[in-house]
Amino acid sequence: MAGSQEIRSKIKSVQNTRKITKAMEMVAASKMRKAQERMRAARPYSEKIRRLAANLSQANVTEYRHAFLGRTKAAVVQRVGLIVVTTDKGLCGGLNTNILRQAMNTMRQWETAGATDIRVTCIGNKGLGFMQRLGANVVSHITHLGDTPHLEKLIGPMKVMIDAFQAGELDEVHIAYTRFVNTMKQEPVIEPLLPLSGERLGTPERSWDYLYEPDAQTVIDELLVRYVEALIYQGVAENMASEQSARMVAMKAATDNAGSVIKELQLVYNKARQAAITKEISEIVGGAAAIAG
Amino acid sequence: MAMTIHVDVVSAEELIFSGLAEFVVLPGEAGELGILPGHMPLMTRIKPGAVRVMLPDNKEELIFVAGGLLEVQPGLVTVLADTAIRGADLDQAKAMEAKKMAEEAMVNRGSAMDYARAQVELAEAIAQLAAIDRLRKQRH
Repeated sequence: MAGSQEIRSKIKSVQNTRKITKAMEMVAASKMRKAQERMRAARPYSEKIRRLAANLSQANVTEYRHAFLGRTKAAVVQRVGLIVVTTDKGLCGGLNTNILRQAMNTMRQWETAGATDIRVTCIGNKGLGFMQRLGANVVSHITHLGDTPHLEKLIGPMKVMIDAFQAGELDEVHIAYTRFVNTMKQEPVIEPLLPLSGERLGTPERSWDYLYEPDAQTVIDELLVRYVEALIYQGVAENMASEQSARMVAMKAATDNAGSVIKELQLVYNKARQAAITKEISEIVGGAAAIAG
Repeated sequence: MAMTIHVDVVSAEELIFSGLAEFVVLPGEAGELGILPGHMPLMTRIKPGAVRVMLPDNKEELIFVAGGLLEVQPGLVTVLADTAIRGADLDQAKAMEAKKMAEEAMVNRGSAMDYARAQVELAEAIAQLAAIDRLRKQRH
């Protein structure tokens, strides 16, 4: 009975696949919890630094105005930077596809609006591969971040972009990442990063006149660079939480699908077996009848 | 009860310490800083070193920071700690390395932006996802 043997081995292989997807689902679930915790852990810092930056943006207008804050919006944005945050690994549903599609559409809009120089920083393997195939001007990238986004690794690639803005080579810098809404829902967003907008900073609760050591300029420079880094870091942390939950959902669907495939195959197998038995019985009965007759 | 100030030590990756203290000692850029309640507003860089927080119950909390920024308001001390040792040269080196990596990767890329091909690629991926979705619905 060659047919049923084939079906049996097919069932076996689907069962093995299901085991793997089930394991990946569980791994993603536990990683998701950790990624969410990290995302939350990063919040106090970005909240504090946002408040500080807000205080500063109001405090000493006359003394020193930083490039991040002081620049007026260009009428035609010609030179744009885009930081694209994606995952390193696949098997996470449409997460990367969605963010990359949005990034590409935005880039095309910029081009039609008159942008001549679009620079891209890629965080994550998937985005890097895509942007290179697209032929975009990738000025820096970082891949293989692992499960914990260490700010240390991000400093270099971010600095390339931030420096370009500070040097006046870029009019605007945007960041594209997948925002974590909840386990079932993640949405791709593209947000303006630089120049820092007043709305994003919010209004300070009170204006302080700080004493600066060694001087205002140095301190403000450092603070604002860190603020921008914190914003990017937050994006990366959210992206990681999104990745794990998207993967968990995708793997759960794959496990369910494997289950129903197994069920169907089992049915086919049983039918084939039953047919074989019936055939055998009718042969025996036929043979017996021939002898008796 | 003695006068206290609220102290927050945070890094980009986590909240390290948050609570009331009587006195805080920090490695300021220009030298050790001791902050008591009611200190005037101050903002400065801090060097890598130990932050000593004197808690109201006479205990002491020692936190090591890799540098960062310090903000003082009369009732509040905020330490924005760095997660790694930073320096203009170090950061510059990292940026240079990132640039070099990007340039190496750029060598074998196509000349102009190929939106059409990318679009086809994305459309395919989306179609696949939609097909999977449909299949899933059919089955249930």
